[in-house]
Amino acid sequence: MYKYDQYDQSIVDARVAEFRDQVERRLAGEITEDQFKPLRLQNGLYLQLHAYMLRVAIPYGTLNSEQMKMLAHIARKYDRDYGHFTTRQNIQYNWIQLDQTPDLLADLASVEMHAIQTSGNCIRNISSDQYAGAAADEVTDPRPWAELLRQWSTFHPEFAHLPRKFKFAVIASEEDRAAMRLHDIGIQLVRNDAGELGARFFVGGGMGRTPMIGPMVRDFVAADDLVSYAEACLRVYNRYGRRDNKYKARIKILVHELGKDEYTRQVEEEFKHIKTLNLDPPKAELERITTFFQDPDYDKSASDDLDLSDPDFAIWVDQNVKTHKQSGYAIANISLKPIGGIPGDATSAQIDVMADLAKEYSFDELRVTHAQNIVLPHVKKSDLYTLWQKLDEAGLATPNLDLISDMIACPGLDYCSLANARSIPVAQKIAQRFSDVGKQKELGELKLKISGCINACGHHHAGHIGILGVDRKGVENYQLSLGGSGAEDVSLAKITGPGFDEDGIVDAVEKATNVYLKEREGDERFVDTYRRVGMAPFKEALYD
Amino acid sequence: MKLLTGNDLKSGLVTWWTGKDWSINIEDAVDVGEEGEAILAAEQEAQRVNSAYIIDGDEDAGTPRPGHIKDRVRALGPTVRPDLTLKPNDASAIDKVV
Repeated sequence: MYKYDQYDQSIVDARVAEFRDQVERRLAGEITEDQFKPLRLQNGLYLQLHAYMLRVAIPYGTLNSEQMKMLAHIARKYDRDYGHFTTRQNIQYNWIQLDQTPDLLADLASVEMHAIQTSGNCIRNISSDQYAGAAADEVTDPRPWAELLRQWSTFHPEFAHLPRKFKFAVIASEEDRAAMRLHDIGIQLVRNDAGELGARFFVGGGMGRTPMIGPMVRDFVAADDLVSYAEACLRVYNRYGRRDNKYKARIKILVHELGKDEYTRQVEEEFKHIKTLNLDPPKAELERITTFFQDPDYDKSASDDLDLSDPDFAIWVDQNVKTHKQSGYAIANISLKPIGGIPGDATSAQIDVMADLAKEYSFDELRVTHAQNIVLPHVKKSDLYTLWQKLDEAGLATPNLDLISDMIACPGLDYCSLANARSIPVAQKIAQRFSDVGKQKELGELKLKISGCINACGHHHAGHIGILGVDRKGVENYQLSLGGSGAEDVSLAKITGPGFDEDGIVDAVEKATNVYLKEREGDERFVDTYRRVGMAPFKEALYD
Repeated sequence: MKLLTGNDLKSGLVTWWTGKDWSINIEDAVDVGEEGEAILAAEQEAQRVNSAYIIDGDEDAGTPRPGHIKDRVRALGPTVRPDLTLKPNDASAIDKVV
C-alpha cells in the first residue's frame, strides 16, 4: 500500500489547520455561510437532510487495518456509531458536528487519510478495480497508476474549478469491475502486440440525468504519456465545457456536442503541445510509487484444498469467494447487504471486525467496492473457514455477492437533500421478498440498482434492473428500467413504462424475474435474456 | 400554516422556528404566517441557522405537519433507522411521515 511521503503528509496537515481556522471564523460569525460553503465542500463537508455529512476519501478503495480502525473510531466518536460505504469507494458519515470536524480531520490525517476533493467541481477520488493486485486477469496492477493520478490531481491548480465534478476510473483487465465506461474518463491499462504497457482512454461517460457510455478516444496511449494525455483531455474540457448550465456542464455533454472525432482532434492537438512542456511526472516517481504495490509475501506452498463439508460455508464460498492470481489464496468478498439491512452501512463494531480480520488474514489490506461491499484481497484458502466463522459472528457473512439482494442503493430521501424518494426501504423490501438464498441463486447474477433521484448516485442506469425514485405530486413513485450494465458489456437500462408505488415496485421486480425464469435459455443471466427477448414480454407481465 | 425551518449552524440538526427561538422538535414550531420573510431575513443576519426556508404545512392533532414528505422526513429523522429518529419509541411515527 502507498505510504505518504513528507509532501503528502504536510499538505494534508496544512489543510486541516487551514480548515480549523475557517470553522472557527464561521462559528464566530466572521464569515457568512455563502463564504464558508465552498470552503467546507472542498473538505468533503456537506449539509444534508438531517445534519452535516462528511465524505472521506478512500483512494482507489484501498486501505489498511489501521485506517479502517480509524473509520470505526470516527463513527464512534464523531457520529452515531456507523458509516456508509459509497459507490465511489468512499465512506460517508451522516451526523457530523461542524465544531468537531477539524479534530475529526486531524484524526484522519494521523493515518494518512482526508476528505479533500470529495466534493466540488474538481477531480474526485480516483476509483479502481477492487481486485487490483489480486486478480488473475489483469495485465498489471492498476493502483500505481491510480496513485500517480491521485497525486497529479490533488490540488492541481488548473483543475480546481472545472465546469463540473470529474471522475476517473482505472482498470487493468478486460473484465470491468469498476463501471469504467460510465466515468468522465475511464482508463483501461492494456499491452500492445509488442507487449508494451499503455492505456485505452474512454472519455465522456457518466450517469446522472443524461446517461452516456464513454466512447474510446485513443486505443493506446503509451504508459509514459498517460498523465499528459489525461491533462490534455481535461484541458479541452476546462476550456470548452459549459459553465452556463449546470445540467450540461459534464464532459459527456461536451464530447457529445462536439462529437467524439472533433473532441479527440482537439485533445490530440493539446497533447502535442503538452509534450513540448515536459509535464510528465519523472519515471522515478512512478517507480517509487510502484514499490508500495509489490505482492505481499505469499506462502508459495499454500494448498488449494478447501473443506466444503459445512453447507453454509460452501454456499458462501461459492458466492462470495473469487479466484486469486496466487495459488493457495482467494479473494474474499464481505457483503454489506444483509437481508433487510441498509446497503453499504456498517457499524463501528463491524468496521473494527473487518479491520482485525484484514490484519490477521489478508496482509493488512482491505478494499471498498463501488457496489458498496468490502473485499479482503489476499486470504489463504486454509484460513477461509475460520474467516467465514468470524464474519458470520459479526453479521457479515451474507452469501449474496452479485445476486439480487446485493443491491446498490443511494441514501435516498432518508438522508439526502437532493433525493425525491426513499431508496433504502425499497431495497429492504426487495431483499426480503427474495430472502431465500436458493431463490436468489436460481436467478443467478442480477444487478439491481436503486437511485432516489435523477442524479443516479445509485447507478440505476447501469442496473440489469434499475429503479429510479421520483416525486409525483409529493408522493414517492418508482420507475422500473431493464437491461443496463456497468461491466464490460456496458449498456444503459430502458424504462419499462409508468412507475409504481413503494409496494408496487417490489411486485414489479418479482414479475420481471418471473419473466426471466420463463424465457431463460441455457446459462443466460437476466440481462442476457432481456437482450435476446427484448422489452415486450416484460411489459406485458408488468402492465397487462 | 407556514413553518420556518433550517439547520443549526453548529450541529447541522434540523430546527424549527418557535416564535422566539429555534427547536429541533417540530411540536414547538409556530405558524409564521405573513411574518415569515421578515423573521427569515433577521435570522439569516443572526447566522445561527443555515439554509433556512419557509414551507407550507398543516396541523395534525395539534402538531404542525409539513406538507411535503421531504420536510416530514426532516422533522422525524431517517425512516429506516427508527432508533435515530426523534421518536424512537413511537412505532407509528414513521407511518405518519409516509
